[in-house]
Amino acid sequence: MLYREAGQFKTSYEADQQIFPIAQDRIGILLLIGVFALVVPMIASEYWLKAIITPVLIFSLAALGLNILTGYAGQLSLGSAAFMAVGAFGAYNFILRIDGMPFILALILGGVCAALVGILFGLPSLRIKGFYLAVATLAAQFFIVWVLVKVEWFSNYSSSGVITAQDIVILGYTFASPESKYLLTLAIVVVMALLAKNMVRSTTGRMWMAVRDMDVAAEVIGIRLMRTKLLAFAVSSFYCGVAGALYAYAYIGTVEPEGFNLDLSFKILFMIIIGGVGSIMGSFLGAAFIVLLPIFLDNFVPVVLGDLVSASFVSNLQLIVFGGLIIFFLIVEPHGLARLWQIGKEKLRLWPFPH
Amino acid sequence: MKLKQTVVLGAAIAGMLGSAAAWSAEQFIGLPSYRVGPYGANGASLFGGWIDYMQMINERDGGVGGVKLVWEECETEYNNARGVECYERLKNKGETGNSAFQPVSTGITYSVIDKVAEDKIPLVTIGYGRTDAADGSVFPWVFPLVTTYWSQASTIVKYIGQKAGGMDKLKGKRIGLLYHDSAYGKESHAIMDALAAKHGFEVLKIAVAHPGNEQQAQWLQIRKERPDYVVLWGWGVMNSTAIKTAAKTGYKADNIVGVWWSGSEEDVIPAGNVAKGYTAAGFNVAGADYPVIKDIESNVYAKGHGNMEKKDLVGSVLYNRGVVHGIIMVEALRTAQAKFGEGKALTGEQVRWGFEHLNIDAARLKTLGAEGFLPDLKVTCSDHEGAGKVKFQTWDGAKWNVVTDWIEADREVVRPMIEASAAAYAKEKGITPRDCSKEM
Repeated sequence: MLYREAGQFKTSYEADQQIFPIAQDRIGILLLIGVFALVVPMIASEYWLKAIITPVLIFSLAALGLNILTGYAGQLSLGSAAFMAVGAFGAYNFILRIDGMPFILALILGGVCAALVGILFGLPSLRIKGFYLAVATLAAQFFIVWVLVKVEWFSNYSSSGVITAQDIVILGYTFASPESKYLLTLAIVVVMALLAKNMVRSTTGRMWMAVRDMDVAAEVIGIRLMRTKLLAFAVSSFYCGVAGALYAYAYIGTVEPEGFNLDLSFKILFMIIIGGVGSIMGSFLGAAFIVLLPIFLDNFVPVVLGDLVSASFVSNLQLIVFGGLIIFFLIVEPHGLARLWQIGKEKLRLWPFPH
Repeated sequence: MKLKQTVVLGAAIAGMLGSAAAWSAEQFIGLPSYRVGPYGANGASLFGGWIDYMQMINERDGGVGGVKLVWEECETEYNNARGVECYERLKNKGETGNSAFQPVSTGITYSVIDKVAEDKIPLVTIGYGRTDAADGSVFPWVFPLVTTYWSQASTIVKYIGQKAGGMDKLKGKRIGLLYHDSAYGKESHAIMDALAAKHGFEVLKIAVAHPGNEQQAQWLQIRKERPDYVVLWGWGVMNSTAIKTAAKTGYKADNIVGVWWSGSEEDVIPAGNVAKGYTAAGFNVAGADYPVIKDIESNVYAKGHGNMEKKDLVGSVLYNRGVVHGIIMVEALRTAQAKFGEGKALTGEQVRWGFEHLNIDAARLKTLGAEGFLPDLKVTCSDHEGAGKVKFQTWDGAKWNVVTDWIEADREVVRPMIEASAAAYAKEKGITPRDCSKEM
């Protein structure tokens, strides 16, 4: 009864084309952002802020980046972690080498570096598709990490190739506490998610989807394939780059290139598959699922099994349960968690009189 | 009914709290462990030994100074992000928070190195981690104890010099450095270059990507370049693969010298017969004949509390290394209790003092039943390494045989490098080093 759009009339194009056409959705999303911005920093413990919510937000951003490329533009990529690395090392070097570099600008420039590298490794997409393209982006994954290790300039000649993120200073204020780092991450993620949502609703997004659904047809109706595909690579890598920089600055603090390995790329790919390919919301749901579930199992399984079984068995069991749950979810809802949410919403609109 | 359930539940919780209070105090030790993934086999032995030793202290002595040791494992999968999560999860557990964070991973060490000073938890990295943290004036909260990678590289070169018949014989020789391509592997570069310059040999650096189960190309390069010795700087599956591939390409195991993370049963047994003659460094030795291991067997395994699934690995290199971790942790607590009083849980700051004043001399080692098991150790404010000695062991196909006495690191080369690197770090981060002459 609560979720009903009867009586909500759209009398202008603006009203008809807004992101959330239903008033309840608008209120819901504002409430959600309000809770995350105001209530969560007050009630969440340091552990939750530092080790759970902040990384979920950062991985959501990375998943969003990959979702733009894979979900909307249909270009499979296995190099997301490498683009994150470019963003992290880019931002580090901008702050290190340019005096008085503002943090936000360094973040953007880090993203721009990632976008440029992304375009470079997106070039093969003009010739090859699908799995072959995935292999080409795999090359990006290995090559970029290798370069960051090999060329010591990137890590400022540190003896082990590890960089230590500088303090985050914006307008003289140092973001040191977990709350401030979390709020900064939240603000950046909200803005970029909004941008992404608008992008996929606009001409650009429709071009991406046309290319995804049938590139020959898209070309016939006048979409320039090269521009569209490379734009998707650039935007996607930009998002991953910013996520990488946030990963270094707002989360881990000290990163080595090896941290951005293939495993992480796979993880981001799983996030969008579980969350929902071609959905902004799915990126968030998927990131939350992939980050939180192992932590939950790590806390939960030993409590249940306790001293009954050995620690190695508990560790292996977590992996088994995690894998099993992923398979279960994909069988129950192959279109991801976002699709479940969508079905729920449709049911609510008809409730209590399904026809 | 509902009320009844609540009352029962409440009583149960109260009962649990009551039984916990039966011990006057508990010292919490968080263990970020890994038992799955590419390094899982190594983790199982190491953490098994460590937990068994603490269990033994609880069973035999009733804890440390009347304080029971309690611990909790947190699976990191050797992954940095998971390691940070574990660090945050464990840091406030127990009465006084985590006593010390010991990630057993150089990557995770780097990820938390800035956080420990803020949270006042000592970061103890026994035989791994950031080498220049041995300068305690810049890194008061970090303890790369027993011996660092740089010390170790210099002892390996000393050992190779011995084998070659004197350090002067190293001139013009070529030494291959087959390293794990990560922060851990790269720790070896600067020191090997410095030693090469000192002794006049040439270093051939060859990287192996994580996890290292494919090394055909690297060993073909070694076959082509024919270095006189190969230093194996690996971990986990990379080691046995290296030994096997070496044999396949015709490189003799006698000329390969491993670091301590390349010198366990887990590395040589999978390689099979070809590992015969392979030598590796170790800051602890293998064997179950030491009194400390016997104590674990009689106090822990005899009562059915042992942590090891494969009981026959008790006394293996990595198991014994876990015991070393346990010994050092317990001795640091003992040292801190001597100053701050027994019978209560110590805070991170007090435990840090304990680590900084750790003095495990030969007599103490004998009391612990660990004579010759690990080197004697004396930590000071400026020297957070404490020993810098390793022994070398050769695998004969069935067991490790110690072939040298403790070999000391080349401190003339290592210490200035540590100080220079720490000073650079202090400058980058704006740290004013402590004046160690004023520290008590």
